Amino acid sequence: MSKHDLVIVGGGPAGLSAAYEAYKEGIRDIVIIERDSFLGGILNQCIHNGFGLHRFKEELTGPEYASRYIDMVKTTSAIIKSDSMVLHVTDNKEVHYVNKDEGYQIIEAKAVILAMGCRERTRGAISIPGTRASGVFTAGACQKYVNMDGYLVGKRIVILGSGDIGLIMARRMTLEGCKVLAVVELMPYSNGLNRNVVQCLNDFNIPLYLSHTVTDLIGKNRVEKVIVSKVDENRKPIKGTEMEFECDTLLLSVGLIPENELSKEAGVELDRRTNGPVVYENMETSIPGIFACGNVLHVHDLVDNVSLEASKAGKSAAKYILSKKELSNDYINLVNGNEVSYTCPQKIRKDNVDDVIEVFFRVRSVMKNKRILVKSNGEVISKVMRLHLAPGEMESVKITKEQLSTCSDTIEISVEED
Amino acid sequence: MKYDVLIIGAGIVGSSIAFELSKYNLKVAVVEKENDVSLGTTKANSGIVHAGYDPRPGTIMTRLNVLGNKMYEELAPKLNVHYKKIGSLVIGRNDKDKALIEELYRRGIENGVPELSIIDKDEIKKIEPNLNEDITVALLAKSAAVVSPWEMCLALMENAVRNGVKLHLNNEVKEIKKENDCFIIKTDKNTFESQYVINAAGLYSDKINSLVTGRDDFSIVPIKGEYYLLDKGQGKTVNHVIFQTPNELGKGVLVSQTVHGNLIVGPNASFDLKDKNDVSVTQEALDYIRKASALSCSNINFRDNIRNFSGVRATISKFDDFIIGESDSVKGFINFAGIKSPGLTCGPAFGIEAKEILEKSGLVFTKKDDFILVPLPKFFNEMSKEEIDMKIKENPLYGRIICRCETVSEGQIVDALHRPIVVPSIDAIKRRTNAGMGRCQGGFCGPKVLEIIKRELNLEPTEIMQDKEGSNIVLNYTKGGVKDE
Repeated sequence: MSKHDLVIVGGGPAGLSAAYEAYKEGIRDIVIIERDSFLGGILNQCIHNGFGLHRFKEELTGPEYASRYIDMVKTTSAIIKSDSMVLHVTDNKEVHYVNKDEGYQIIEAKAVILAMGCRERTRGAISIPGTRASGVFTAGACQKYVNMDGYLVGKRIVILGSGDIGLIMARRMTLEGCKVLAVVELMPYSNGLNRNVVQCLNDFNIPLYLSHTVTDLIGKNRVEKVIVSKVDENRKPIKGTEMEFECDTLLLSVGLIPENELSKEAGVELDRRTNGPVVYENMETSIPGIFACGNVLHVHDLVDNVSLEASKAGKSAAKYILSKKELSNDYINLVNGNEVSYTCPQKIRKDNVDDVIEVFFRVRSVMKNKRILVKSNGEVISKVMRLHLAPGEMESVKITKEQLSTCSDTIEISVEED
Repeated sequence: MKYDVLIIGAGIVGSSIAFELSKYNLKVAVVEKENDVSLGTTKANSGIVHAGYDPRPGTIMTRLNVLGNKMYEELAPKLNVHYKKIGSLVIGRNDKDKALIEELYRRGIENGVPELSIIDKDEIKKIEPNLNEDITVALLAKSAAVVSPWEMCLALMENAVRNGVKLHLNNEVKEIKKENDCFIIKTDKNTFESQYVINAAGLYSDKINSLVTGRDDFSIVPIKGEYYLLDKGQGKTVNHVIFQTPNELGKGVLVSQTVHGNLIVGPNASFDLKDKNDVSVTQEALDYIRKASALSCSNINFRDNIRNFSGVRATISKFDDFIIGESDSVKGFINFAGIKSPGLTCGPAFGIEAKEILEKSGLVFTKKDDFILVPLPKFFNEMSKEEIDMKIKENPLYGRIICRCETVSEGQIVDALHRPIVVPSIDAIKRRTNAGMGRCQGGFCGPKVLEIIKRELNLEPTEIMQDKEGSNIVLNYTKGGVKDE
């Protein structure tokens, strides 16, 4: 058993940003444990551009964005353990991991930052009927094969789900010489960023079928056909609307799930809305000294926001390690109001907010010209206008310390008519 | 070379027979049309070792069920096959159910099933708190267990091969002739000669029988059963195998922990299959299973489903037993046909049965002195910290985790590719190591497993299958490019 100040589980964008920030705040004894051979996480397979517009004010590819942070972290004293898998995190902040060189190791940490990212929902999660033919991939797995390994996994492709990875892969496979026959979306709107719908589908004349889903998959050993049906307002397939697509591949971009098996085992309280830990204003989970950030906390659409959130976690972890001050147990609960599906953080300790706190949230449907209201005790404490709102685009509101001082024990964020 | 015994089919039946015969000085071959063992009915079923109260007294099925159940308890640990004696409940909610349960109890006693009892609502609540409130009576069979069917099949065949049995995968039998007391068996790839032929061809055992006897003595009717498999978080929903009272369609929809800790829910029963290979899943069946399982336990969280699958049972039309024995028209041809449920339970007993039939028919058995038995390797997540540490020191590949959901290391995958039965498919690795069995269903580890298979077996990526032949994953290099140099 060894002792370290800060252990960061995961060396993707969240882990890297958290490490860098913690170092800047004075922590020298940092260990980053990364399960893959390289730092950078999923960014390494995201070879398209569009990253960093907010954070670096320029347009970078995924690997470029990652390398900026890897270079920053390399200037610090953080110890990087790659090809190392964390097996357990305990509530008293022991981190168990294995790798080739060290075998089974346990670190006793003063603080832990959870930055394990998320995984893709699979065919099983949405129970697509049909045969068990090969040729069904999650969009991310296909992306790994194509971008990292140099393998083509299909030629005629249907994509279910219009999340960002699905849209990106529609373009990517087209550029690789494949025919993308259709992108099929269960909802009446795309779940991806608008710019991706334009740049990845419209620019390549790839049809987007909204309010449709895959209702059957045919093929003995490899996919031969998929059947797509229109769905009604309850998202149930309508008989008689079946369309047949002859294809060899079905890609799934049907959602991401924060990967919280380690958090659960440690006893961290999870939020059913986000599938991630419940956190306070400083990204601290229900266990003091264990923090969470990035896609393990809630699924982001922009890596820039991940970096920002993770730097907050890094800063908070540093503060936790350096100051012995106990935080008060008084907190404000953030609750969903009209059309809001979750907020992050979920809890705010007033006396731990410096000047202003930014609360991230998602809405339930596509809306135009609405007002976002922050209410407490029925009183509106802040309101902002939005021209466009969509579930696929994360929103945020800022609440000042002064506004917080007038709040009681709950704050509700809601979307109302202008 | 002329074999003494040639077995057609490498499912649980063929593997069990091959295993038993490999203990003796005999020349034995197995031919299998698929690229791995267990790929038919064996790999896709409920994975249950039944207690034996279900089949009618006096049948072959009953005798082998009770014997097989006992044999698992000793054999599974020896082979390190995952097996857990969790017991089963047949639950009921009214007088009609109660009468059925009492009948099953009497039948069980007659069949020689140990540790059977009928329990009331209070006892049910104590051992199964998540079952529905209206359940008032149950048959508890403590000898029922759950097992990994493909592991059992693999362990038996792997040891058969270690002890000299020749396994010919990817060989589909096309023709069988008998000349001068010797069978000539032609597959799509080879020709074999053997004194005895054992038909363990599962769904196709009717076809094999006809090839030999020239008669349609029986016909196999495929009945499909579909399933949900839920994430390990749901595994603790029930502690026993929960059956509903049986009806004419089978044992009904069950809810059970699997031996690996998942929750399995199913099967339904679909008839009128156009194709014996039809292992598709339909929306109607899934809807039915959800509805039917709610009668046992209404709080199953189907949002945690990780996979749906289906398997096809090989039943004989209008006949409720197995057909086991030497053909009355062709000497030396032995049928093991119509092996439906509880076929998996009978598994280990099939070998004993085959030996007796062969002995009676005149084959001489002498024990091998050098028979060896090698268990399947232990899974990583069942090892202690010290064991893991030791394993990594011996071979550092055990320190690199490939499958994060099931904690499977590169060392285990490499080992699986250097054991007696090597199959270049991702699902073969899944069946041997559990890599890809978890909640991400191989999304993360699939590409890594492919790379390891490619490296260890020196294959092109296009030669590696997802499962059966033809289930390619990689179709080409990108931009039609070339292999890494």
